[in-house]
Amino acid sequence: MDVIIRNPVRRELQLQGSRRVKQLLKELDLNPESHIVIRGESLLTGDEMLRDQDRVEILSAISGG
Amino acid sequence: MRCIKCPVKASVELRRHNSSFCSPHYLEFVRNQLARNVKRLRMFAPEDRILVAISGGKDSLALWDLLLEAGYSAVGLHIQLGIGEYSVRSAEVSQDFAQSRGAELIEFSLDQELGMGVPLLSRVLRRPPCSGCGLNKRYLFNKIALERGFTVVATGHNLDDEAATLMGNVLRWQREQLARQSPSLESNHPQMVRKVKPLYTLTERETASYCLIRGIDYVVEECPNAKGAHSLLYKDILNRIETESPGTKQQFFQGFLARMRPALQREQTVDLLACEECGQPTTGEVCSYCRMKDRVQNYIAVNAPNGASRRDT
Repeated sequence: MDVIIRNPVRRELQLQGSRRVKQLLKELDLNPESHIVIRGESLLTGDEMLRDQDRVEILSAISGG
Repeated sequence: MRCIKCPVKASVELRRHNSSFCSPHYLEFVRNQLARNVKRLRMFAPEDRILVAISGGKDSLALWDLLLEAGYSAVGLHIQLGIGEYSVRSAEVSQDFAQSRGAELIEFSLDQELGMGVPLLSRVLRRPPCSGCGLNKRYLFNKIALERGFTVVATGHNLDDEAATLMGNVLRWQREQLARQSPSLESNHPQMVRKVKPLYTLTERETASYCLIRGIDYVVEECPNAKGAHSLLYKDILNRIETESPGTKQQFFQGFLARMRPALQREQTVDLLACEECGQPTTGEVCSYCRMKDRVQNYIAVNAPNGASRRDT
């Protein structure tokens, strides 16, 4: 699957194999409390299964200063 | 995972509420949070004129969208801070949102007001950029609201902002700041407008989710000056705790409001005076904004008599 991470700097990864959203975030060491995973137009919950053909975007929700 | 209100697949999970919502019911949840917060803390009434501080980020645009949708008289105020491309993008996003909603946006430039933006101001004052930025914004929100007849200033501060600020204040035992930290600050001086934070029960992930579902374009990029800010460290720590123990951030902040702040307020007796230079409320003879402005004007007179802004990069 294609994974685009905006944290907030953009980077792209390609991963093989199905996994749930919460597993993906854990592998990438991203906190589910501060990140949103999007597939197409849909926001995904942690239990959603991701497949090889998916393209997902992970957005950091944190801003500060 | 299903929505708790209907059989549709959920798009947002809220572990601290033990809930999950589909997109339409999530929007309803956010609207209900705003309505409940406004009512519970008597933030404003339908006849109030609300000045909404707009940065171009998710929180301020979500707040403005919610207030307009609820039928409030809500005018945006965007202060251009002169922080390079970040400020340019922030202004564009704010203008586009206002245009899309047919809403009024007041735009104010720090460069026009002071003769310089945040980066040079930081060097002149020898203080972190966020310090001068915050001082200017607090002062200008109040001044512009007063001058233009607004009865309340609303900002998009969320639960993460408030919990992180509380953590910083507690770690340093800053009693005065703790006594003043509230999602609804009544005016205690004729020249001070009420200040409210109607989104204080929603996390950053929740306001971002609201914007994404509503199709609101916001500035995702971080302010370049925020890198290394303590607030980001505190937010990260609190979110790590939250992951293991959902509800901690809310309990931390709301517990403070319910059990600690009343006691701190009772011992806080600060008499506000009118600044001798601008008339705005202050605890001394001259307010911190006017003292800062004097230093800036001295700098410009000595170093850049033809204008400082060209060197403000």
